Amino acid sequence: MNQKLLLGDEAIAQAALDAGLSGVYAYPGTPSTEITEYIQGSPEARARYIHSDWACNEKTAMEAALGMAYAGKRTLVCMKHVGLNASADAFMNTAITGVNGGMIIVAADDPSMHSSQNEQDSRYYGKFAMLPVMEPSSQQEAYDMVWAGYELSERVKLPVLMRVTTRMAHSRTTIVQRPAIAPRTVSFPEDRRSFILLPVFARMQYKKLIAVQPELQAASTDMGFNRFLPGSDTSLGIITTGIGYNYLMENFPDGCPYPVVKIVQYPIPQAYISKLVGMCNRVLVIEEGMPFVEEQLKGLVPHPAFTVEGRLSGLLPRDGELSPYLVAKALGLNPVVTGSVPDVVVNRPPALCKGCGHQDMYNALNAVMAQYENGRVFGDIGCYTLGALPPFKAIDGCVDMGASVTMAKGASDAGVRPAVAVIGDSTFTHSGMTGLLDAVLEKTPMTVIISDNSTTAMTGGQDSHGYGILARICLGLGVEEEHLKVLVPLKKNHEENVRILAGEVAYEGLSVVIFQRECVQTAARRLRAEKQNKK
Amino acid sequence: MKTDIILAGVGGQGILSIATVIGTAAMANNLYIKQAETHGMSQRGGAVQSDLRLSDRPIASDLIPLGQADIILSVEPMEALRYLPFLKPDGWVVTSSAPMINVPDYPEVERVLDVLRARERTVLVDADRLATEAGNIKASNMVMLGAATPFIHLTAADMEQAIRTIFGRKGDDVVAVNIEALRRGIAAAAV
Repeated sequence: MNQKLLLGDEAIAQAALDAGLSGVYAYPGTPSTEITEYIQGSPEARARYIHSDWACNEKTAMEAALGMAYAGKRTLVCMKHVGLNASADAFMNTAITGVNGGMIIVAADDPSMHSSQNEQDSRYYGKFAMLPVMEPSSQQEAYDMVWAGYELSERVKLPVLMRVTTRMAHSRTTIVQRPAIAPRTVSFPEDRRSFILLPVFARMQYKKLIAVQPELQAASTDMGFNRFLPGSDTSLGIITTGIGYNYLMENFPDGCPYPVVKIVQYPIPQAYISKLVGMCNRVLVIEEGMPFVEEQLKGLVPHPAFTVEGRLSGLLPRDGELSPYLVAKALGLNPVVTGSVPDVVVNRPPALCKGCGHQDMYNALNAVMAQYENGRVFGDIGCYTLGALPPFKAIDGCVDMGASVTMAKGASDAGVRPAVAVIGDSTFTHSGMTGLLDAVLEKTPMTVIISDNSTTAMTGGQDSHGYGILARICLGLGVEEEHLKVLVPLKKNHEENVRILAGEVAYEGLSVVIFQRECVQTAARRLRAEKQNKK
Repeated sequence: MKTDIILAGVGGQGILSIATVIGTAAMANNLYIKQAETHGMSQRGGAVQSDLRLSDRPIASDLIPLGQADIILSVEPMEALRYLPFLKPDGWVVTSSAPMINVPDYPEVERVLDVLRARERTVLVDADRLATEAGNIKASNMVMLGAATPFIHLTAADMEQAIRTIFGRKGDDVVAVNIEALRRGIAAAAV
């Protein structure tokens, strides 16, 4: 028996490797990053030439994976929940084309927004696209579901969405591995039209997707992951989804007295739900995320035979992660907590690292913006979002990957002067380039600062696609050469950087200022590795 | 047998290497393990926490319930206090006395230490000094692991074996320093 101590993310990666993966496609995003990193670090993946380079963004990742699935091979696409938004166009249409080889799309949701700007629940996307969804309750189940997911994907010729949440993704436990199988060889779809979504073919494909739904519903009970667990006390029926099951069982170490429907695969298993509401007139839904099952079960009008409780009824909080404590309270177990946090404890929010180049960039920017009464700075997604906090308080916005550039443009169009965007190098190549082209074409008066630390820093220092070519990309998009400046954010350059940045901010046209200095974390790791190699 | 440990510290202080040693030792003893980690934004100098659960029975939740932790093992004194609501009434706090001052309103260090000194079942360890004496200040993590070892259902020998497994590829010197740090931590907790 081969056992390993793995994170949930790593269990997914190991399962995909064992199940004959040919390529993983991903853009880093907490809490999904470790799936791809595990494959990148795997000697067996290297030996088998498994594709694992990072993609520019989630959309390019999704489409490349679809291409591999078109060619009959097993593929994995990984992203954080909001990455599914970025790739939604491709995602929705993978349901229409279907796949030839097995394809699993992992969306890692972040309830409580530990490292995210919202806590959207990817299960809605699964229902929206009419695709099967897996939501493992444990790391071992995640491992097993990747195997089963590929089999299901190849059987019904559809991608499978796997939804994980932070606590599953980032918790480590022992995993029992299965013997690995060989990867698939290249094969092509039987019907050439299935991947050509002309309306005439797309209608045909959509009917196929609708027709396969009963099979997906049957799979929700037949595959054995969803369970009906009998209980003697029918005064309450419980439905759990994903890791909600663990919090329930934490409170009943010797077994739950109530009947339970454990949901970890969708569509929602109707037979089990009917059985539960047939025996219990009060149902508690415990789900990590939004009230996805609860809302469907409840419907629009009260049901005469049963009441539904959960996040909508207020028995569980409407937002945020669940915990054993919150579930205990919902179960009426009155958990006692005696300890409290002493007054002496203060908050310790995350902050930019000592010596980080973003700090010097913000010091220069703040000096420039202090000259203006109504200038606005639109930030973006990355470490530099921390420029919102003291001591900098430098940005007025942070919405989604690339929105700094386009929001600065819109604000400039509205008459805001100066309008400044601050975006990192990796975020720029993810989704900033197209917005910059809009601004170039309209000669929009605004300044785009690319704070280039030559890495995807927030997620742990992954490769950045703009490395060494950012200035050329900007020039290629049509930025005027005399209004493209490259500066080095260091204390000793402060006065000069302020002078040059001030000139560009004052320019009544489009300018780009690249502040370029390697991330201190990446630099430290690189130096350590170089030292190690010398030994 | 069940031990629930809250590991606490500041992003970048390396609490995960403590977790790795305990996890490896626990796995070698055929115990069930769950270890929830903090990744992402808070790693940038923010408060970080890891829930480490060991048991001879399967473990349901990845998170330790409020009021149920057996130990808070912290590499920073103020961080030790942050998680007191998770501790059992008779639980132990094992913490380094070395503050990590990276916020402008960090309280007076003596005030933090006084709260800890006033608390029963608290082990306050000068981990940086003991690690330096063991040969490398960076091994203060292993000093703290040593100080917590008497409260975990694993032996010093288990921990030493896990250190050999994990640090072995870094050479005998690194292993020796870390084991020495562990031993000094164990001795400090016994005083």
